[in-house]
Amino acid sequence: MASPQPRVGVITYPGSQDDRDALWALAALDAEAVPVWHEQRESPDVDAVVIPGGFSYGDYLRPGAIAGFSPATAAVREFAADGGLVLGICNGFQILCEAGLLPGALLRNKSLRFVCRDVRLTVTRDDLPFTTRCDVGQELVMPVKHGDGRYVPPPDLDPAQVVLRYVDNPNGSVDGIAGVCNEAGNVLGLMPHPEHAVDPLLGSDDGALLLASFVDAARDRVLAAI
Amino acid sequence: MRATVLVRPKTGILDPQGEAVGSALGHLGFQVRDARVGKVIDLELEAEDEAEAKAEVAQMCERLLANPLIESFEIEVTA
Repeated sequence: MASPQPRVGVITYPGSQDDRDALWALAALDAEAVPVWHEQRESPDVDAVVIPGGFSYGDYLRPGAIAGFSPATAAVREFAADGGLVLGICNGFQILCEAGLLPGALLRNKSLRFVCRDVRLTVTRDDLPFTTRCDVGQELVMPVKHGDGRYVPPPDLDPAQVVLRYVDNPNGSVDGIAGVCNEAGNVLGLMPHPEHAVDPLLGSDDGALLLASFVDAARDRVLAAI
Repeated sequence: MRATVLVRPKTGILDPQGEAVGSALGHLGFQVRDARVGKVIDLELEAEDEAEAKAEVAQMCERLLANPLIESFEIEVTA
């Protein structure tokens, strides 16, 4: 039997801008990438969900604050509570924090400048559905592009929830934290953009390690359900 | 009733915007020890009772207007 192609939903909010790149990258990694509109209240029939980057609702009030109450986000909340895999990239990370699905908050960069460049990251967990193709201590290169990426953890954050750290902190994040997961390990948020780094032609294909791990895990869920 | 919500970065949370404002005021010759930048949200409410209005706005702050991890809020209600 041919290995099944997992369905991965990518949510588009008003102001999302990396949704198309995420759809393209997932399709390139052999997933069936499915666009999901933000008004969709019912959980879409998918095996995993990506909340992409951009400026949902114009970043009004705080980045991610309004999208945290969107119908599609409510569906994601239920999906995640059932153990569904959710990956939030950049604005998606901000949305997941605002929605309370991930701990912490993302504030204005310490420099007050928008930062847009490749960064080096260190992987600190290789046992998550998002990092199985990586090794602990491995360095990954992928771009960041954000004005509000300074991660502030809650005082009681379990260090085991830190998944990625910056080698050279570009935004003043506490302890150089670039990505965190929830306690159960099925929701990950990160500021760098793996979907912009899936082809050497784009400067790096390290992002494919994270996204392909994620697609593998989604495929395992399909197989487990058969 | 009208309500004004003041949202401030919590004590201990780095506020680079406040630092930039403080430093710019210094360049203008003002003696400023510290500056913090927050935001003001003005609301017009259906509620007619002050206590009721205040309780409702407190809920708004907790659910949307402020992020309790990084921001504190203060509510003023006027007729």
